[in-house]
Amino acid sequence: MPNKWYDKNGEQGDVVISSRIRLARNLNGYPFPHLMSLQQKNELANKVKDALDNSNSYIASTFKFINMAQLSATEANSLVERHLVSPAFAGDRSGRYLLLTEDESISIMLNEEDHIRIQVLSDGLSLKQAYDVADKIDTLLDNALGFAFHEKLGYLTQCPTNLGTGLRASVMLHLPALQSGGVINRLEDNLSKIGLTLRGTFGEGTDAQVGMYQLSNQVTLGLSEETAIENLQSVTMQIIGNERDARNEICKRLDTQDYIMRCLGKLKYALLMSTKEAQSLLSAVRLGVAQGIVNGISLDTLNSLLVELQPNTLTLNEGKELSPQDRDKLRAELIKEQLK
Amino acid sequence: MICELCGKNQATTHVKSMVNGEYTEMWLCPHCAKEKGFGSLFAHTATDFSSFLGSFFGDGLPSRTSATRCKSCGSSFADIARSGKVGCADCYTNFYDELLPSIQKIHGNIQHTGKVVAGAGADLKLSREIEKTRQELAQAVKEQNFELAAKLRDKINDLEAGDNNAK
Repeated sequence: MPNKWYDKNGEQGDVVISSRIRLARNLNGYPFPHLMSLQQKNELANKVKDALDNSNSYIASTFKFINMAQLSATEANSLVERHLVSPAFAGDRSGRYLLLTEDESISIMLNEEDHIRIQVLSDGLSLKQAYDVADKIDTLLDNALGFAFHEKLGYLTQCPTNLGTGLRASVMLHLPALQSGGVINRLEDNLSKIGLTLRGTFGEGTDAQVGMYQLSNQVTLGLSEETAIENLQSVTMQIIGNERDARNEICKRLDTQDYIMRCLGKLKYALLMSTKEAQSLLSAVRLGVAQGIVNGISLDTLNSLLVELQPNTLTLNEGKELSPQDRDKLRAELIKEQLK
Repeated sequence: MICELCGKNQATTHVKSMVNGEYTEMWLCPHCAKEKGFGSLFAHTATDFSSFLGSFFGDGLPSRTSATRCKSCGSSFADIARSGKVGCADCYTNFYDELLPSIQKIHGNIQHTGKVVAGAGADLKLSREIEKTRQELAQAVKEQNFELAAKLRDKINDLEAGDNNAK
């Protein structure tokens, strides 16, 4: 399998798993996707594809054009697990297309809520780099297609919450220590007051054990891209500092160290492993690796495992349908192999 | 139906979830639903926000708009208010006055700042250029690079004077 962006650990990687930039864009002359006919959707998708093909830029030549309607549910859901498309986009696939680069760092959803959703993912804290890539693709497509724009309201989007820059910048954070300290709810409240949203990822809201959170900007009108990204970046740096302090505090304790080593033991020796259990155990081991309690395992390996152990991605890599128990067995084997 | 989690209170929330391919279904009371994070979960989903927006747009609808339809996509303002979804880019011009209060409420702002499209007017590009140069100036001052700061200040003055040759 070729290397993906998530196979390596980046800047501030002990806390920040990845950075993501998303730009919402629409064309003039078509209604927004919820009012479009299938024929209009196909026509629009081909226009965007042609615009990329004819741009003669290197970046444009690296995209695969995927008709979502031709994917199986497993293939589509694996794209969700790899954060390449939204759950809604994978659910109703008719008239929807995806442009995707080989390393999966750039994905362009066509006919999701908006005509065009440009998304760039990269490892660690790298919002500015990710924005630069998204900005280039945006300019290239705008030159060819001419995006819908209003002097006062900026880029026009189906939902007024995205008006203005159409930019959603986010970072995925590993906050096991702040979580165990029980301060996440208070943090959420404080962040919402300054226009940022913090929410759980990997089984959002349902599983408190995983410690993965996504922090993103809310306001898109009246703040420039640079300002929005700088705000997010500086708040992220503060959270990183708090998380590191909390980690140092809890990891001094023998019971924490014991808990981490027990989690590692389970991962190394269990024969069956559910997604939820694996994520929760890996979260603890990730903390152990970052704090030097666990040696000989890299954060790269753990980041990559957290993506690949998810049910649809696991099934897809195996190349055949699996019963839930077979899947748990395969997951346990994959983890054992990687943590050797 | 009694809450499946605490087994005490009346369940009011029916939660169906597909998490990592595993399907679960649960009846919860408001307290447990909140504790399990379903209160905040729904607050973030787009569908929920749409319905919120829908009722939000609906407040104090000006009567003239019920008959007015967008020439491009055929949506009336009532359609937008009901679905919480704007029909097309032209709706923002056609229903500008009606949409503005909710946009103001969402963003606390009604003037775009930032990147503009290639096809935008010269005025807009100029104000974008000025704004960008101001940011560079602030950075230069912060870094105590006063030579650069002086150049940037002159550039801003030229741009504001409408001298488009200043690049």
